[in-house]
Amino acid sequence: MIAVTFVAFLGHWRRNPLQLFTLLAGLALATALWSGVQAINAEARASYDGAAATLGEAQFDRLVRSDGRAIGQDTYIRLRRAGWLVSPVIEGRIGDVRLIGLDPLTAPGKMAPIGLRNINDLQNFIGADGGIIAAPDVVLDGARTDLAVAPGTAIADVGTVQELLGRHGEFDVLIIIPEQPLDQVSLEKIAPDLIRQVAQGGSDIGRLTDSFHLNLTAFGFLSFAVGIFIVQSAVGLAFEQRRGTVRTLRALGVPMRFLFLLIVVELLGLALIAGAIGVGLGYLIAGFLMPDVSATLRGLYGANVAGTLQLRPIWWVSGMAVAIGGTAVAASAALWRLSQMPLLAGAQPRAIAVIAGRGAKVQAAASAVLLFLAFVLALTADEIVTGFVLLGALLIGAALGLPIVLRSVLDGLVHYSRGVVASWFWADTRQQLPGLSLALMALLLAMAANVGVSTMVSSFRLTFVAFLDQRLSSELYVTVESAEQAAFVLDFVTPQVNAVLPIMSAQLHVAGRPTEVFGARNHATYRDNWTFLTEGQTPWKDVHANLAVLINEQLARSTGLQVGDVVNVGEKPLTIAGVYADYGNPIGQAIIAEPLFKTLFPKILALRFGLRLPPEDVGALVDGLEFQIGLPESGMINQASIKAYSLVIFDRTFTVTTALNVLTLSVAGFAILMSLLTLTVMRVPQLAPVWAMGLTLRQLGLLELVRTVMLAVLTGVIALPLGLALAWVLLAVVNVAAFGWRLPMFLFPWDYAQLGVLAILAAGLAALWPALQLSRMRPADLLKVFSSER
Amino acid sequence: MLLAARELHKTYETAGGRVNVLRGVNLSLDTGQSLALKGESGSGKSTLLHLIGGLDSADQGQILIDGVDIAAMDDVGRAGLRRGTVGIVFQQFNLIPSLTVASNIAFHARLAGMYDADWIALLIDRFGLASQVVKYPEQLSGGQLQRVAIARTLAARPRLVLADEPTGNLDEDTASTVMDMLLSLVVEEGTGLLMVTHSTSLAARLDNQVLLQAGQIA
Repeated sequence: MIAVTFVAFLGHWRRNPLQLFTLLAGLALATALWSGVQAINAEARASYDGAAATLGEAQFDRLVRSDGRAIGQDTYIRLRRAGWLVSPVIEGRIGDVRLIGLDPLTAPGKMAPIGLRNINDLQNFIGADGGIIAAPDVVLDGARTDLAVAPGTAIADVGTVQELLGRHGEFDVLIIIPEQPLDQVSLEKIAPDLIRQVAQGGSDIGRLTDSFHLNLTAFGFLSFAVGIFIVQSAVGLAFEQRRGTVRTLRALGVPMRFLFLLIVVELLGLALIAGAIGVGLGYLIAGFLMPDVSATLRGLYGANVAGTLQLRPIWWVSGMAVAIGGTAVAASAALWRLSQMPLLAGAQPRAIAVIAGRGAKVQAAASAVLLFLAFVLALTADEIVTGFVLLGALLIGAALGLPIVLRSVLDGLVHYSRGVVASWFWADTRQQLPGLSLALMALLLAMAANVGVSTMVSSFRLTFVAFLDQRLSSELYVTVESAEQAAFVLDFVTPQVNAVLPIMSAQLHVAGRPTEVFGARNHATYRDNWTFLTEGQTPWKDVHANLAVLINEQLARSTGLQVGDVVNVGEKPLTIAGVYADYGNPIGQAIIAEPLFKTLFPKILALRFGLRLPPEDVGALVDGLEFQIGLPESGMINQASIKAYSLVIFDRTFTVTTALNVLTLSVAGFAILMSLLTLTVMRVPQLAPVWAMGLTLRQLGLLELVRTVMLAVLTGVIALPLGLALAWVLLAVVNVAAFGWRLPMFLFPWDYAQLGVLAILAAGLAALWPALQLSRMRPADLLKVFSSER
Repeated sequence: MLLAARELHKTYETAGGRVNVLRGVNLSLDTGQSLALKGESGSGKSTLLHLIGGLDSADQGQILIDGVDIAAMDDVGRAGLRRGTVGIVFQQFNLIPSLTVASNIAFHARLAGMYDADWIALLIDRFGLASQVVKYPEQLSGGQLQRVAIARTLAARPRLVLADEPTGNLDEDTASTVMDMLLSLVVEEGTGLLMVTHSTSLAARLDNQVLLQAGQIA
């Protein structure tokens, strides 16, 4: 029975290859976009998680010298003898390679050198030959490679690295093991020159780039949703067309439960095939985009990410799971209907309009409820979960509401249209709406996603450029290694520049939150360039009167502090005079006056300086510092070059988002094409009488094209506010909940216009083929409609 | 002469080979006359009707309507013919599902530029459709659908009405009523009527009848 029934059931696909193609292609495209984006995210995360784990930046507190100098080996030994469980780390560069030295015997478990799988590995690592483990992209003599090492990085035993860097007896950082003995001698007594830096609870880089990944993930999810609309359309149609077969099979004695199981097996098989194709396609998409993503992350956040892609088994698993899950979601309604179908139900496929008519009220109610929920959440959501619920409610509510809005518009057009062809055209368009609504919903989501993501990325760009102008207002930044070198450099540069702005900071807790406190010199650079989200009347004047402090948005949001509140910085109570944006920073930040900073933190010396000078003199000063003072090039940062580089990087970000935009719109265009091709066959009986009464096939074909473009335009008009709402939710709710800072939102009408043209083009191209098919249809095919033999 | 068909030939390619559907058909019809076209299934009745209606083109022969040869017309010309001169009543009704009954009846007339509100109101009244005008085709019965289809054709005041078994889907009583209306209006309007039918009794109600057999008028 199984074989016979299966053959009878699968025969449908043999007779409807286009439907099978639609189903497989829709699912494969949806899976491809989802798994492609996930692949990019996973690859980038794997890259910098390796780096973060190696240095223990995220998980462990660290000891560093307050003056920024190296820690002596004797200090390390004193601490260990006093019961401090610490592990040394040294870091330096050989050429382009970042070299990290660790001690595998004392390092905490999570940062043990990667790739040491047995005792032989350990002996090699710490032995006299000094084993080096490097990332695949690093070329270093004698190093063995390991995928887990961050790109551009090599790891070796601390002694080996000291030898290679010529820094005998020195460490940069001492990692503090979480479990410490209770009878520890205090740090002040053993090593008063060391300060403790608290763990940041997550990698710096990871936190910064999480924003980017979150956006990409949201985009991937929306693309997947667009694809699922295609699948739902194809599955629904296939089920409707097989009602007769199901009825006959049941009449012949095949149990409904068995048929149900058969359909599930069939769908599972199709999902597996499409999923495999989708993951493969996703890999290609990710491989195509990865160099740009890698450059974006490196440029924006300093995250070192490999520009190549590894094929990870988890993608296959997650890609297939998504394909199967998506098929289940898309097919559930159709499966339910089929399982509830009485044996004597009509064998003919029900008209789409009838199905849609019955469900229209439910759909309208669901849309209203979801949009109301979205409205309430927009006013109240302050957590990442509620932010995503808001996103889901907004998008699904809008998608469900689209056919209802379009129908209302078309009702109006039918009512007010003049001329017989126009009246018929609008009425006929209204008639086609149920058949096209899934594809139009897909188009709506694709366009809204594009508007939303473009708005977010462009807003991010504008904000970040303004932020760079604020933060990189000095023309040149110089970093020195010691107080002596600082004095030497200052003597050299002071006569040649307009101003020297020391940059010094201390880590402490402000209002119970880990905060980096900066001391700012009283200079116009700050007054002229810093902008505030909220501010008092005279913020800088109050700061330099040692009465006030400026805090970043993250600290303000996490503590609820506002302008006018009083907060203790160290022991000093200060009034908050302003709150400034501090994009990407995961922790709190505060700015006080330089003299107050020196009073509160007398041990901390400035080792970084911003130099103000005419831009045209920067080159000469850099040459002087390099060749006369011997300051390495890596110790100097030219503000203009950073800004220029940042803009280049942003352009690469746009390459990524543009590519994803085009892909998503292509998927939506594909959905329209498939819907139209499906409808073309069903349309013949509706169009034949109009042709018989005197409209030419050419006119009818043209009207079909106009209809699709017009529906795309109407959908675009609705997609624009929806996309802007999506951007607002991402920027003002999800981003704030996830990262503690809010990006301002800007509007980009020109971009939206371009997107609109692109979407109309996609819809027009999708409609072109069916329209041509119609206009070239043989009269004999139309005549079948009128013949009694039909 | 309203209609003159001369030596019409039509061949179709099918999976089973070439089929000569019409093999030299000749017929004619005057203004105000009605003609029944009888024949077995597959004898070529519908094909002949389609050729005369400008829905398809003959391989050979002439079709003159009001002296104009429609075989020489291109697609646009034939579309104009269907719009303005010929009206076709289909067996399957072929109403436009997206339009109301009123819009369906007015549709062809407006397309032909022959819209006359009074005439359409009269047709609606004569066909007993006054209570149905705001309904959509899917809400009507078979008899009502056919009455709408005939009213739509007559609303455009065509010179020639072609009807392909217009009562084939109706029960006997309904069929008789519909035929009464059609014939009386054809007579009143002085329109030519060419009707395909299997029914001997219906054919007997028309002025003349011809039998199509194996692609030829017997």
